[in-house]
Amino acid sequence: MSQSAGLYLVDEIMLVAIDEDINDSDIVDLQDRLAQRVHDTGARGIVIDVSALEIVDTFVGRIIAQLAGIGTLLDSPTYLVGMRPAVAMTLVELGMTLPTVRTARNLQHALERLRATQ
Amino acid sequence: MKTLSPPPGKPFDRLVIAVEADVFRSRQAVGRAMDRLGARVIRRTRLVTAVSEIFRNGLVYGGGAEVVITLDEADRMVWVDCTDQGPGIADLELAMKDGYTTGKGLGRGLGGAKRLVEHFEIHSVLGEGTQVRLAGRA
Repeated sequence: MSQSAGLYLVDEIMLVAIDEDINDSDIVDLQDRLAQRVHDTGARGIVIDVSALEIVDTFVGRIIAQLAGIGTLLDSPTYLVGMRPAVAMTLVELGMTLPTVRTARNLQHALERLRATQ
Repeated sequence: MKTLSPPPGKPFDRLVIAVEADVFRSRQAVGRAMDRLGARVIRRTRLVTAVSEIFRNGLVYGGGAEVVITLDEADRMVWVDCTDQGPGIADLELAMKDGYTTGKGLGRGLGGAKRLVEHFEIHSVLGEGTQVRLAGRA
C-alpha cells in the first residue's frame, strides 16, 4: 500500500496530500484509491495539497495532472493548493504550467470555490 | 566512455541510484550541498529539480546511475555528475528537445533541466552509457 500520499474526506471534499518521496510504484495505487473513494463517498470535489513538496519535477507534475484528470472524469472538480513560490517559478521554467489543473491559494480558498460551484 | 575531469572543489557526497528511493535520497544530498553554501531557496529548488530529472533518467533509461557531488566553495557552485552504463542516447539533439520522450514522461526532462542550471553537459556513447554534469550557483 502507498505510504506516499494520504486521502482524507473533509466536509465532502477529498483531500489528497502528496508526500515528497512518492514514487512510481505508489502512483497506480494512489489513483485507484482516489477514484474508488471519490466514487464511494460521492465527494463533491478533490483538493490536492502539495505544500509538503520542496520540488515538483516532471514526474510529480505528471502525477498531479493525472489525478486531476481522474477527478474531472468523475465529475469531481479538482484543485491544486499549497504550491511553494520557488516551485511555481521552477515549473514555469520547466515548461510545465499544468494548464488543465485548477489552482487555489490555499485549502480554504479551494473549499470556498468548490462550494460556490455546487 | 571517457571519464570527465573532476570539477573544481572538494568531494561532498557519492551515491548509487539503483531503486526509486535512491532518486529521492540523492536529490536530498544535492539539497544539503546547496544548504552548505547557504543557497537561496529558488536556487536550491532549481538545482534539486534539475538533478531529480537527471537522476530519474539515469534509473529509468540507464538502469541505474552513480552520482558524485562536488562543492566549490570559492565559486559558490555545486557540481553534480550522474553516470549510467545504459544503452546511451542515439540522438542527443533530439533528446534535448521539449516534447521528446521514449518513455512515459512529459518529454521536458532534459531540456528543462538544462534551463534550470548554470552549467549543463551531456555525453553519451551508444552501448556504453550516458554522463551528465550539471552545476548550480548558490
